[in-house]
Amino acid sequence: MSHKITNIVLVGVGGQGILLAAEILSETCMLAGYDVKKSEIHGMSQRGGSVVSHVRYGKEVFSPMVPEGEGDILFGFELMETYRYLTLLKPGGSVVVNDLCIAPPAVLIGQTQYPADLAGKIKSQVPDCLLVDGQNLALEAGNARTANTVLLGAVSKRLDIAENFWLESIERMVPKKAVAVNLKAFELGRSLA
Amino acid sequence: MKEILSGNEAIARGAYEAGVKVACAYPGTPSTEILENTIRYPEIDSSWATNEKVSLEVGIGASFVGARSLVTMKHVGVNVAADPLFTLSYTGVNGGLVLVCADDPELHSSQNEQDSRNYAKFAKVPMLEPADSQECLSFTKLAFELSEKYDTPVMLRTTTRISHSKSVVELGERVTDLPEPKLVKNPAKFVMLPGNARPRHYVVEDRLTTLSKDGCNMPINRIELRDSKIGVITAGISYQHVREVLPEASVLKLGLVFPLPFDLIREFAAQVETLYVVEELDAFIEDQVKAAGIKVIGKEIISLCGELTPGRLKKAFGLPEHEQTAVEQLPGRPPNMCPGCPHRGVFFTLNQLKAYVSGDIGCYTLGFMPPLSAMDTCVCMGASIGMATGAVKVLPPEERKKVVAVIGDSTFLHTGVNGLMDMVYNKGAATVIILDNRITAMTGRQDNPASGHTLMDSPTNAIDFPMLCKAIGVKHIRTINPLDLEECKRVISEEMERPETSVIITDKPCVLIKREGVFTAGKALAVDADSCSGCRACLKIGCPAIEWIPSSGKKGKARIDALLCNGCEVCRQLCKFSAIQEAK
Repeated sequence: MSHKITNIVLVGVGGQGILLAAEILSETCMLAGYDVKKSEIHGMSQRGGSVVSHVRYGKEVFSPMVPEGEGDILFGFELMETYRYLTLLKPGGSVVVNDLCIAPPAVLIGQTQYPADLAGKIKSQVPDCLLVDGQNLALEAGNARTANTVLLGAVSKRLDIAENFWLESIERMVPKKAVAVNLKAFELGRSLA
Repeated sequence: MKEILSGNEAIARGAYEAGVKVACAYPGTPSTEILENTIRYPEIDSSWATNEKVSLEVGIGASFVGARSLVTMKHVGVNVAADPLFTLSYTGVNGGLVLVCADDPELHSSQNEQDSRNYAKFAKVPMLEPADSQECLSFTKLAFELSEKYDTPVMLRTTTRISHSKSVVELGERVTDLPEPKLVKNPAKFVMLPGNARPRHYVVEDRLTTLSKDGCNMPINRIELRDSKIGVITAGISYQHVREVLPEASVLKLGLVFPLPFDLIREFAAQVETLYVVEELDAFIEDQVKAAGIKVIGKEIISLCGELTPGRLKKAFGLPEHEQTAVEQLPGRPPNMCPGCPHRGVFFTLNQLKAYVSGDIGCYTLGFMPPLSAMDTCVCMGASIGMATGAVKVLPPEERKKVVAVIGDSTFLHTGVNGLMDMVYNKGAATVIILDNRITAMTGRQDNPASGHTLMDSPTNAIDFPMLCKAIGVKHIRTINPLDLEECKRVISEEMERPETSVIITDKPCVLIKREGVFTAGKALAVDADSCSGCRACLKIGCPAIEWIPSSGKKGKARIDALLCNGCEVCRQLCKFSAIQEAK
């Protein structure tokens, strides 16, 4: 096992299933035998605010927070939040991002506009950027609410953890009747480049 | 067995393993999940109290008759519980008593970032500070042992990054050989009259001296010798950042942050060239170390404000920071009231009536945000009513009418009810609106004495607000449907005109309540694009389900996201063009 710490930052909007994805990711790392720490802010997130979760794993993890500019993977559930937190990504890091725009309050009330072409802006700054059609793939898996698991599948390809640990943690963490559809969503995400 | 637990889950587990029988709290971020997890263990009687003072008193009562009891709160909750805490320090305990306080550096979800370690020193009680979830579990167990061994309440301090971070924890078994609770009579110890309390003060001072000495040999206070050039005294989450950023530095890691083990600190100081204290918020350790005549660097390089991060620590020590991707300025994404939230119509009305809104703490504090922009003050739990009384005492008559106190059901029962008694007693002529949504919503929907259910989910009495207000002496009490804008405007403006105390109670539940039969969503609405004139009237309520769709060259139009819409129909009442109809 290498001594390197892998840093993943999950970002998006409250209510998108970010915290559950971070739970599954952390559980997977533990099952694979790593030390793992996860840190996030909740409280008001359910009210549609910006959500950030840090997951770090390796032989021994100290700080639960990904240091600025040291993120290996930025795992985004929404484009604007992903662009906002590019500051946490290291040069040469990867972005896996859901192709989705959720308007913040100032845009909803017409005070300002949602920034244009964020996917293009992210791609121009981060060569390894995978844009995922999470919503449609989730529908293909059989449940619109599994977009987070589709994205998790796409992220899993970029991490050095055997597939069986992912499957085991999904089985442990999601409600029993949702396991099959989540496993399918995971495979759909994992099969992306 | 290993599990990944948050600091809060690990504290709950630690309490279980320590044989705790009673756990009591008032919810408050970031402490709330502790009690939400003690309910996993039926051996523990877990309950929400009306406020932190009451929760501590419940804990003290159980402790005095011999049970181990856990009391938890957020940092500002300790202000409310401070009265019993300071005298509990004198009485000591019978069964162990641990008070967990969760601080919130960076004010992720709080009104200030006070450093609770000062309470340990002020109240003269020992305080432990865990640095990860494993320590949350083991320190909780240790705290109960220390509580009984030294006959003292023990504080366990966490911060948001400890409470809400998860890490791997090894679980243990529950202790089973604790004595059964029984009535104990010991007035010299438990009845704090001057004659009894005076000798107890000497006990308190001796206890601190002993703990400071014994702390030098506690394994939770440990020296980690590495390079001797830099030595760092640290505790809690700061320890993790120090290990991350200064891996070669020698460290004195403190688990007991009050009283400090001065002999151990001197021993460590003698082994390193330059001594630092790395701590968030106040110079709590630093000031005491400096007062002991030990040379140390601390707040010269680390801010008194905000939380520490690996990046901020690097900067403090002049280490190169990693290159960061530059991004353009973006619109913020603050939290917002939910679609269908029963508070929205009330704040829209208060804005229209140009009220001076004496606000309080809960989801409805979001009423201050544009476009509702209808909150003028927010200080602490329950403050709205007392502050309204104060304002109307001195304002000219025309401005007096504008003063409206707004408070949620849980906050009203927490400490607002005392304010209302005072307002009636002293003839304060202000309007009070109790936003009764049946739940403590902000912290994640906890039941309270008005919701009819206990934390352990058994049905119980639900406080009747109109009857309570009547008993207090309020003569004008009206209940309104907050989703009916006409009714809101009519009733609120009538009561604002009245030169006496009046109370308006709203009667619609939080849309997030999952318990069956409490909240039922209406039919989702949609905007008929042909009828929409683009007048933007519906945007004035700031509903997350309504989006303005700009159009180049032409007027834009509103659109309702049917998946988000809860069918409250507040927007429909604002549309003069009947463009908002039930979605097909």
